[in-house]
Amino acid sequence: MDSSLYFDLPIWVRVTLQGVAVIAVLFPLAAACSMAERKISAWIQGRPGPNRTIPPFLRWIPVVAPVLQKLGLFQLAADGGKFVFKEDPIPGHVNKVYFVLAPILAMIPALTTIAVVPFGAYLDSAGRAVPLVLANVDVGILAVFAVGSLGVYSVILAGWASNSKYPFLGGVRASAQLISYELSMTLSVLPVFLWVNAPGGSGTLSLFDVVQSQSQPGFWGGMWYGVLMPISAFIFLVALFAETNRQPFDMPESEADLVGGFHTEYGAFKWSLFFVAEYCHMIVGSGVFVLLFLGGWHPLPWVSLEMVSGWLHIAGSPVLTGALATLLFLGKVVAFIFFFMWVRWTLPRFRYDQVMTLGWQKLLPLSIANLIAYALAIALIERA
Amino acid sequence: MAVIPVERKPLTLAERTYIPQIVHGLKTTFRHLVAPNVTLEYPEQRPEIPGGYRGVPTLVRDPNGREKCVSCQLCEFVCPPKAIRITPGEIASDSAQAHVERAPQAFDIDMLRCIYCGLCQEVCPEEAIWLQTQYSMTGYTREEMVNHKDRLYELGGTLPDAHLKWDKKKAAEDAAAHGGHH
Repeated sequence: MDSSLYFDLPIWVRVTLQGVAVIAVLFPLAAACSMAERKISAWIQGRPGPNRTIPPFLRWIPVVAPVLQKLGLFQLAADGGKFVFKEDPIPGHVNKVYFVLAPILAMIPALTTIAVVPFGAYLDSAGRAVPLVLANVDVGILAVFAVGSLGVYSVILAGWASNSKYPFLGGVRASAQLISYELSMTLSVLPVFLWVNAPGGSGTLSLFDVVQSQSQPGFWGGMWYGVLMPISAFIFLVALFAETNRQPFDMPESEADLVGGFHTEYGAFKWSLFFVAEYCHMIVGSGVFVLLFLGGWHPLPWVSLEMVSGWLHIAGSPVLTGALATLLFLGKVVAFIFFFMWVRWTLPRFRYDQVMTLGWQKLLPLSIANLIAYALAIALIERA
Repeated sequence: MAVIPVERKPLTLAERTYIPQIVHGLKTTFRHLVAPNVTLEYPEQRPEIPGGYRGVPTLVRDPNGREKCVSCQLCEFVCPPKAIRITPGEIASDSAQAHVERAPQAFDIDMLRCIYCGLCQEVCPEEAIWLQTQYSMTGYTREEMVNHKDRLYELGGTLPDAHLKWDKKKAAEDAAAHGGHH
């Protein structure tokens, strides 16, 4: 295969193609997550979950069709089709422009953050790792936080534009919650970047550099940051649950007290956009967690992608190493998403004041103390 | 009344972080995740009907094929939702069953009204109406949901009868007519 044919294309065509390719993976993955959620909830509750739907014209296929049927994949397609084709009413009492805008605004940050998240790396002919990322910007993590937190606007907008009380309360709760946990989240990753930006090197906030710094030689160098900085990882994890509105922090839509929260008035396709955006946030958030604390595409602590490629004798092939790295990364992300769902079907929802207490009185002081402790420790280590 | 003071221990630090409890909960849910499903996949798998189950009320015949109902209408009167409607009828005098008092000419149970209480079975002096194991009643119209006499016998079938009281009565009468003991 002649790869120069692709690289001869104008840059904007290539960037567009790459972007479409990534979204073409992310979007179905988010949809598949919704089915995974239903299946995992079912299994935890001792049920088989959706396992009936199958289009009649696919019934004849011997092994594949029944397996897909049992996994509920056709149910997923049926649900998706339903959301697209069913009537999409706009209630009379809403502010129509913002009502329509909100789900679109929900999708934009969810799909934009993926641009700066490296999802793999390949080894070039010199054996150096090159990130597989749409935009390898140096402000990586800042871009994720900056764009990702824009998602709160869609929630506020949806709650306000719906012009009825439960969506409004949901929107207010969501904004308060997201702002509260954003702080702890940002503070919790600072030790990681203090550690990565050793004096003398060029300063970076790139997620790629974080991953590479988890595969340095030596006992401490090869360790994942999740082990080196467990409290950071824990705070980031908790804040991530809150940021993605997942149980036990799904205040914005806590259906017991707010009907459906900010999307009470939404239906059909617009509702499904909120739904997919939530799962996109989850995927991207899991990806960032994996990059920061679980070694990204490096298979195990002290076992780097370069070493595994050497063992498999594929180090010379950028395509194979890239595929291996992407698969490892995706595998970790999927495992992490499973963890998200596992937690969701284990824990009950916090009360709203508990969420606020936890965020402001527990996590924030903890993350500040954590930052100070690691700053001091890193200063001492660097001086030695 | 004895008062037992229960000491309420303050939460330990580990408990206040929620973490040990969350881990414990995660273990529990994971055990359920890998455990086999408890769901019965209904149309393919059918539930096992326990003894004494009160299903759809049916009419039964005795081992000789005689319809046991004598249309006394006790069930009709006792039925709380008034689901039963009986039209009593006479038995033709040349019939083999002529020695039995009467038989229903029509017997309708409206399954849209029936509450499966089993009072009809309890009140029946002839043990003719039984709530058996049939639990699934469907129909597209209200009329379809009314079980008529033939349908009731079809659902009910034959149940063993230890007494066969009408035959005994007839045998006793015959014996008396032929100069028996009494």
